[in-house]
Amino acid sequence: MVKLEIKNANAWFGHAHVLKNATLDVEEHEILSVIGPSNSGKTTFLRMLNRLNDLNPNYKMEGTVNLDGGNINRIGVELLRKKIGMVFALPLPLPLSIFENVAYGVRMHGTRDKNKIENVVEEALKQGYLWDEVKDRLGESAFKLSGGQQQRLCIARTLAVEPDVILFDEPCSGLDPISTAKVEDAMVKLKEKYTIVLVTNNVKQAARVGDRTAFFLSGELIEIDSTDKMFTVPKDKRTDGYIRGKFG
Amino acid sequence: MNMRKLKEFIIEKLILLSGLASIFFVILIFLFLMKEGLALFNTIKVSAFLLGKSWYPISEPPLLGILPLILGSLLVTAGATVISIPIGVGAAIYIAEIAPGALKEILKGGIELLAAIPSVVLGFVGMVTLVPLVKNVFHLPTGLTALSGSIMLAFMAMPTIVSIAEDALYSIPKNYKEGALALGATHWQAIHRVMLPAASSGILAAIMLGIGRVIGETMAVMMITGNAAVIPQSILVPVRTLTATVAAEMGEAVVGSEHYFALFAIGIVLFIISFIINVTADLFLHKRQ
Repeated sequence: MVKLEIKNANAWFGHAHVLKNATLDVEEHEILSVIGPSNSGKTTFLRMLNRLNDLNPNYKMEGTVNLDGGNINRIGVELLRKKIGMVFALPLPLPLSIFENVAYGVRMHGTRDKNKIENVVEEALKQGYLWDEVKDRLGESAFKLSGGQQQRLCIARTLAVEPDVILFDEPCSGLDPISTAKVEDAMVKLKEKYTIVLVTNNVKQAARVGDRTAFFLSGELIEIDSTDKMFTVPKDKRTDGYIRGKFG
Repeated sequence: MNMRKLKEFIIEKLILLSGLASIFFVILIFLFLMKEGLALFNTIKVSAFLLGKSWYPISEPPLLGILPLILGSLLVTAGATVISIPIGVGAAIYIAEIAPGALKEILKGGIELLAAIPSVVLGFVGMVTLVPLVKNVFHLPTGLTALSGSIMLAFMAMPTIVSIAEDALYSIPKNYKEGALALGATHWQAIHRVMLPAASSGILAAIMLGIGRVIGETMAVMMITGNAAVIPQSILVPVRTLTATVAAEMGEAVVGSEHYFALFAIGIVLFIISFIINVTADLFLHKRQ
């Protein structure tokens, strides 16, 4: 089933045309990896999906993006961002305790019942593979966690508001290999319940976790295919070159 | 080579001297203040000075209780703080977060201009506009009240509060806001639950420095608070502040008299109050870093 439908999407920042006529679908319960060199438009593509680009006053967009068949511009932006969660490149916990970081979004969306919040927080931390490491110190500042733990906390925070889709924006760029492996494990488990779009600079990561992979270059979607196919018999020469590390 | 080293040495020492000069002058001022001010306590007790209810410096013998002055200063400052904090922090939030580009620059320029107005001009404007207004609104015999002073001083504290608080809000990592918004927060929820707490120490420092500015202000308060050295029963009566007392009476006090020493002792009290405020603000600022 198609979860996200992107049709003829174009995006500009001022005069720079950063996303050119992208058309692709994201299937439910898949991990779609988006790869490409810097300035290829992949982060713009990702932030277009939850309308975070709208924060920039110079941003302009044309084309349509549908979530479950409905245009994302017609859902309220807060509801859209609740449904499409996002995990950022740098793990950035809010300046609150571990517990409050996860409870923050839940409260914000109107849940007041203390027991319910506690349950949601515990469940989210378990799904983010962090519960065992933090269950005895939920009251501590989130800044005391290691980088990898902070990133998993950010994942848990996103999960707690019960999204349908999770966007990962280079989630492991600041992490060591062991933390990276943990985050990747979490992603693979999460796709059973959620749909995941993963933007990554790490081609190997795309190969490890992605069901399908999309390759962007200079704002253009060059190729999208199942990860296995793309990494063995890419259709486009440029894709081949990038995957093999000839440029990037 | 030696020439270069010598040059280096001279410049280094010159810079060192300039650095030391500021500390040196502060210490000199402090010592002078102490020498002249503490002489008062040879004749009257510290408690009689700080807690005495009457300030009649030229009666015989002089009554030198500064409690009415301390209360006057505190009342005016408290009033100014209550007025300037919500408006100042609100303006900072608006400028840092909400105002679109051009308006933001205009507002920032306006705030800086407000800081540049000499206090005597503000006092003058207050005298002809604010004072009659307060008089008519509250049906008072005179508009020269603590409230008028508070409102006027709130304007003077505002630039300090706005610019430092705005700076604190601006320097929070952008990702905090994005992180909150990405969770589906509304703009206000992001400001209120994430950005304000993250900037809280900077905002507190801004408030403390604003208060510091208010408590040390002299000219405007002297012009519009009525200068009655009595213990104020409400904010709608004339009061006299510590600073206004020194400014108004220094010229006529006989050098070496008890009155003269008492004015210096008031200086010590003011010095201690601003010292405490500045140290507190500093603590908040450093916590932020």
